[in-house]
Amino acid sequence: MQFGLFSVGDVTMDPTTGRTPSEGERISAMTQIALKAEEVGLDVFATGEHHNPPFVPSAPTTHLAFIAAQTQHLKLSTATTLITTTDPVRIAEDYSFLQHLSGGRIDLMMGRGNTGPVYPWFGKDIRQGIPLAIENYHLLRRLWREKNVTWKGQFRTPLQGFTTSPFPLDDTPPFVWHGSIRSTEIAEQAAFYGDGFFHNNIFWNMEHTAQMVDLYRRRFEHYGHGSADQAIVGLGGQAFMAGTEAEAKRRFRPYFDNAPVYGHGPSLEDFTAQTPLTVGTPEMVIERTLSFADSVGDYQRQLFLMDHAGLPLEMVLEQVEMLGAEVVPVLRAEFERRRPEHVPSEPPTHASLVAQGPDGPHRRVVSSPVAIAREEEKAEREQAKAGAR
Amino acid sequence: MSRSLLVISAGLSEPSSTRLLADQLADATRAAVGGRGESAQVETIELRELAVEMAQTLVSGNRPTPGMVDARKKIAAADGIIAVTPVFTASYSGLFKTFVDLLDPDSLTGKPVLLAATAGSPRHSLVLEHAMRPLFAYLRAVVVPTAVFAATEDFGGDIGLERRVHRAAGELATLVVAERTGVAGFAPTGEEDVEPLGPVTDFSELLRGHDGG
Repeated sequence: MQFGLFSVGDVTMDPTTGRTPSEGERISAMTQIALKAEEVGLDVFATGEHHNPPFVPSAPTTHLAFIAAQTQHLKLSTATTLITTTDPVRIAEDYSFLQHLSGGRIDLMMGRGNTGPVYPWFGKDIRQGIPLAIENYHLLRRLWREKNVTWKGQFRTPLQGFTTSPFPLDDTPPFVWHGSIRSTEIAEQAAFYGDGFFHNNIFWNMEHTAQMVDLYRRRFEHYGHGSADQAIVGLGGQAFMAGTEAEAKRRFRPYFDNAPVYGHGPSLEDFTAQTPLTVGTPEMVIERTLSFADSVGDYQRQLFLMDHAGLPLEMVLEQVEMLGAEVVPVLRAEFERRRPEHVPSEPPTHASLVAQGPDGPHRRVVSSPVAIAREEEKAEREQAKAGAR
Repeated sequence: MSRSLLVISAGLSEPSSTRLLADQLADATRAAVGGRGESAQVETIELRELAVEMAQTLVSGNRPTPGMVDARKKIAAADGIIAVTPVFTASYSGLFKTFVDLLDPDSLTGKPVLLAATAGSPRHSLVLEHAMRPLFAYLRAVVVPTAVFAATEDFGGDIGLERRVHRAAGELATLVVAERTGVAGFAPTGEEDVEPLGPVTDFSELLRGHDGG
């Protein structure tokens, strides 16, 4: 199982000091948090992509390349890449380049982005959100798998014999996750291609998360990628820890009570009872996180949101250290212990995808055996019809 | 087969005349269902008890609190609904509207609903027709023809209110016990198992026209 951090990159005032970091300070803080993640033995750092204040991360490939240059093992990901408003040709080349720079240490998480005003800034229409996500991702798959792509879709100018350069490292495209909270179409998309499905459950009750993951798992099996419990699932989570529960609550409460995303609504106690947020001892975080697998099945990636609610950098670094030293080692052992033999322990990595070889399913644009069979049947029918004429 | 009736009461005081009217409607409907040879279980949601949770749900990105999750489940399971609100500023109360705002927009589709309201003065009685009925029409609920309005004076005087209560209850009971007609396979029954997440569209369908072919 992979453990890591995901950052939204919000610039939020520290309510205990009234001070808001500058954009530069926040970017530098995110970098230091990522470096700390590698230092304490976490597997993944993922950054959001936003183009509107109060968020800073608008250029994830630039940032991830900077982090890649200073790390050895850390896997780098987005959370999420805007597949709707970014030209797939741009994504294909940017992340292919990053993949080469980082020695294959990247994967991507696709998301639609749901802030209406952002779409027109990039020449897109939010009413087409789902079709854009579908068409753009399909084109991206082709760009990463076929040379000389000739393409005509609904949302961009046609391509004539276009080749992505650099082509993916070892001709092996990065592994992709699809992030969705509510859209069943995106769970379906992840299942169709046999990609990963990430449910960012941090503001949701477990029943809802379990329902979405279950849908993805069932459809993953439907498309012939394996059994439902072998589907590749990732979850979010957030925590604040201290030696005792009372101490953790005392320190975190002012941040919770005033954070733009939490504040002035439910109490800290209610919110922790109803969502994955855990404020307490490392043991409590361990217990809580293990319980996720009871609801959604054994899964492969757990990302924690630690730098939120205006927490100052020193406090976040201290939290990441506790996560690496006291929480993740226990979670690794316990998740491994409960995982059935046939369920993958890790999501695919560059090495495991290269090992599949050029004929492996990952190198096909459409990899679902069920969809391939259906296409072949259709082609045969058409051929027969043409022959009869 | 026992039918389930769900009463939604938006009264604010304790005791409340809104709740009083709601209970009368529920009793009369239960009796009317009984008169048709069926039984009915009645459950009541007092919106005042959910007020804080509704506000929390609103300001935390529509993440439903346990009470709201429970209320949504009860709505989904109900065979008939009795919705009663006090009149505030020429319309249903804000508490009542907030609750409706937090429901899935499809959750009342096709559900039999009896509407009722209370107010201090009979001059507000048209609230049922100019505010309540359009709201439920938008939600595609099946609203019974008689809506019941009770002004303070109705509780003291002659028995006009009781007559209206029984007429409305009878109309609701008819819908609640109604059997779907149509031979299986020849007409949609509307009773197919609907997944709470909505139907899944096969991905090939979604991909059509977008695969660059």
